[in-house]
Amino acid sequence: MWVAVFLCATLFACQPSSDGDSRKTLYYFTWSDYVGPELLEEFERQTGSKVVVDTFSSNEELLAKLQSGASGYDVTVPSDFMVSVMLKQGLLAELDPARIPNARQLARGLEKLPVDPDHRYSVPYLWGTVGIGYDSSVIQTPPDSWAVLWDERYKGRISMLNDQREVFGAVLRSMGQSMNTRDPAIIEAAKAKLLRQKPLVKTYSSDHFDQLLASGEVVLAHGWGGPVARAMTLKPSIRYVVPKEGATIWADCLVIPKTSRNKELALQFINYLLDREVAARTSERLLFASANREARTLVKASVRDNPAVYPDEAALGHLEWMVDVGDALRLYDRAWTELKMK
Amino acid sequence: MRGKSEGWLLAASLGNLLFLYLPIAVLIAYSFNAAKLAATWQGFSLDWYRLLTQDHALAAALRNSLLIATVSTAIAVLLGVGAAIGLERLPWRRRAWLDGAFLLPLVMPEIVMGVSLLLLFVLFSMPLGLPTVMVGHAAFNVPVVMVLVRTRLRKLDPHLEEAARDLGATPWQALRRVTLPLLQPAIVGAALLAFTVSFDDFVVTFFTAGPGATTLPLKVYSMIKTGISPEINALSTLLVLASMGLVALSLVVQRVYEK
Amino acid sequence: MNSSQSRTDARQAAWLLTPSLVWMGLFFVLPLLIVLLISFASRGTYGGVEWIFTLANYRDLADPLYLWIYLRSVALALATTGLCLCLGFPLAYYIARAPARRQGIWLMLVLIPFWTNFLVRTYAWMNVLRVDGLLNALLTNAGLTSRPIEILYTDTAVLIGLVYGYLPFMVLPLYAAIERIDRSLIESARDLYAPGRAVFTRVIVPLAKPGIMAGCLLVFIPSLGAYITPDMLGGARSMMIGNFIQHEYLVVRDWPLGSAASLVLMAMVLAGSWWYQRAGGVRPL
Repeated sequence: MWVAVFLCATLFACQPSSDGDSRKTLYYFTWSDYVGPELLEEFERQTGSKVVVDTFSSNEELLAKLQSGASGYDVTVPSDFMVSVMLKQGLLAELDPARIPNARQLARGLEKLPVDPDHRYSVPYLWGTVGIGYDSSVIQTPPDSWAVLWDERYKGRISMLNDQREVFGAVLRSMGQSMNTRDPAIIEAAKAKLLRQKPLVKTYSSDHFDQLLASGEVVLAHGWGGPVARAMTLKPSIRYVVPKEGATIWADCLVIPKTSRNKELALQFINYLLDREVAARTSERLLFASANREARTLVKASVRDNPAVYPDEAALGHLEWMVDVGDALRLYDRAWTELKMK
Repeated sequence: MRGKSEGWLLAASLGNLLFLYLPIAVLIAYSFNAAKLAATWQGFSLDWYRLLTQDHALAAALRNSLLIATVSTAIAVLLGVGAAIGLERLPWRRRAWLDGAFLLPLVMPEIVMGVSLLLLFVLFSMPLGLPTVMVGHAAFNVPVVMVLVRTRLRKLDPHLEEAARDLGATPWQALRRVTLPLLQPAIVGAALLAFTVSFDDFVVTFFTAGPGATTLPLKVYSMIKTGISPEINALSTLLVLASMGLVALSLVVQRVYEK
Repeated sequence: MNSSQSRTDARQAAWLLTPSLVWMGLFFVLPLLIVLLISFASRGTYGGVEWIFTLANYRDLADPLYLWIYLRSVALALATTGLCLCLGFPLAYYIARAPARRQGIWLMLVLIPFWTNFLVRTYAWMNVLRVDGLLNALLTNAGLTSRPIEILYTDTAVLIGLVYGYLPFMVLPLYAAIERIDRSLIESARDLYAPGRAVFTRVIVPLAKPGIMAGCLLVFIPSLGAYITPDMLGGARSMMIGNFIQHEYLVVRDWPLGSAASLVLMAMVLAGSWWYQRAGGVRPL
């Protein structure tokens, strides 16, 4: 027994330098498919620091973790509407624009970002659309409407995002409504339509619908463009479409939580991520559109011309930004719970 | 008729074993499959194992898991052995409910334990991180240690310690020189079990982990959710082999002690 | 031992017990009390807690939607228990009647999968049950189906996963109980020309009852609170109480409601254990 005590004492003594060296460790909390180790290694080399990455797979999970006292994260990446929620809760630290010169070159389409327009607390990092990935070898006529996700012919081969706002966004747009509606009656109707769809849905997944598409487990997947682009590399017959009724345009923004212990390093990191070379490589590696306008010119043509990654101009017209709905969120919460539980 | 039912029993038993081992065998087989999407066999390959060694985040997660398991096991053993001896020797008549109270964590669903710890840390503004995970693991391992040590304690000859006391030893000396050495195999066994339970834990860790506290099960979970399958197969194979190794180790240790 | 010795013994026992009591009190009892407390509080707009006393959470739980989740979980847990019993009994019986040397090996074989990481084992089943996984490959090759059957992300998959995970919990107590049955009783039943089935139902099963009850309890309770299995094999469709609680805490962030749900689950678990003790179950120690 004394051996055990001794062992643990020594292990405690040589505990990794995470406590002593906090000046030089950056805690990055990001989406599970935003991680590219090579991209971080260069930052580690340049600044002599260490980057520790934890991941989440939904905005709600991020908020829950931050609210529960997971303090100590230096940089995190909420979606645009979540930024406004976090602002209202006082969770964000103010950014020093002088330290992030790379943030100035914003891509076209991002100027109308409704949240934090002066970028005092957040800087757009990656952006894109939400649409439908489909297997063109199974679905002969290219779909152009959300209605295809309600098509009985593909029963059990459809996947939807496991994301409350996105799923409601899709059904609301399919009903011709705004995805930011606060009207209880409309939300009820939307929920009813989703419940009608549920028997056709194989799974609600935000993480691996690209794998499901590529393996043929589903032939229609509601999802962000990036993962669909990944599925395309695995299965060339996969295509992406932004439905004509409209869909979400989103921008994930880099923010610094107030409880960060390393604001200097965090600002450096943000600036690094937005550097046009780094941004271009990020874009190629993760298959998401970079918010840095100049990065687009440096990106490989195959990525640049892929509408799943870089939305094309025509689509920009009928896209809608998701906005915080305040108190009405409880209606969505309740409806989403009901959808999942039935 | 005896023969027929014997045959049927054997078949059922073998069927059960097949059921138990098939998925694991499949996993191990696929980990050597060169194909990315595991359906068809496309040749033998060690690529996925190689990828594992290059994954820094995985190495960090492994380090975290080992650290947490070691520290929480040490705490659990210290507390659990004390609890076992204390409970067994307590001359209090109504200690039955104390017994039950210690067994409660074993019955409690992990998710309730996880969320309750989360709420505790939030309410007292304790930042989530490695220490919070260790605390949680120690908490659910104390009953584990206690049960195992107590079982062994009951089988000990009570006269031995009595004899020591009659020869002038204080209770603490008797404890240290007589009881604890006799309990050693049980303590070691309990420590190994607690270590394994802590190392494998997911649910409680999920709720109490903070920045930089990602453990191996958490990492595996996020890998599975993201669907990067081939590496997971390799990692899973390694974990399976490690577990079997630990079991073998604990068996050997117990054999050695019993000699 | 004289009385002063026993007094100091009692003191030592108390000293030994206290640290663990403090630890468990702090990190087990106190958190549960907090959960109880919060279950009577209200939810803030964006999540979190507002300290306004209310019974609404428990009232909400009585809503058919949520009751349905509990019902489903109980049903799944019962099904798991039943299947484990059917599958595990032959195995336990066979091991109990095997020669003593081989018993150890068999038990080890049953336990080894249990020692491996639960996540890994569940993932292994995801692999097997996928549309392009082993099960479908076997069925298609054997010509039994023309189209792949879609088991993954259904209740069936969750059931398989649960049975798989908790089968050892059923086999071990059953084995212990059957092993203790006096062979001569079975022999004499046979000698009295009792048909095989009667021997089974009238002799073996009643004598194995403590083991059956222990096994059922050890399977039912964890299955009720299962989280990982329905999460991974259910595809975010097949929700059990565990998923619901997680959903309330980490997605909807309605901590009061989540706390109320947790307490109801705890109550169900405790009720089950208490009933088991009352019915004269064998002590787990």
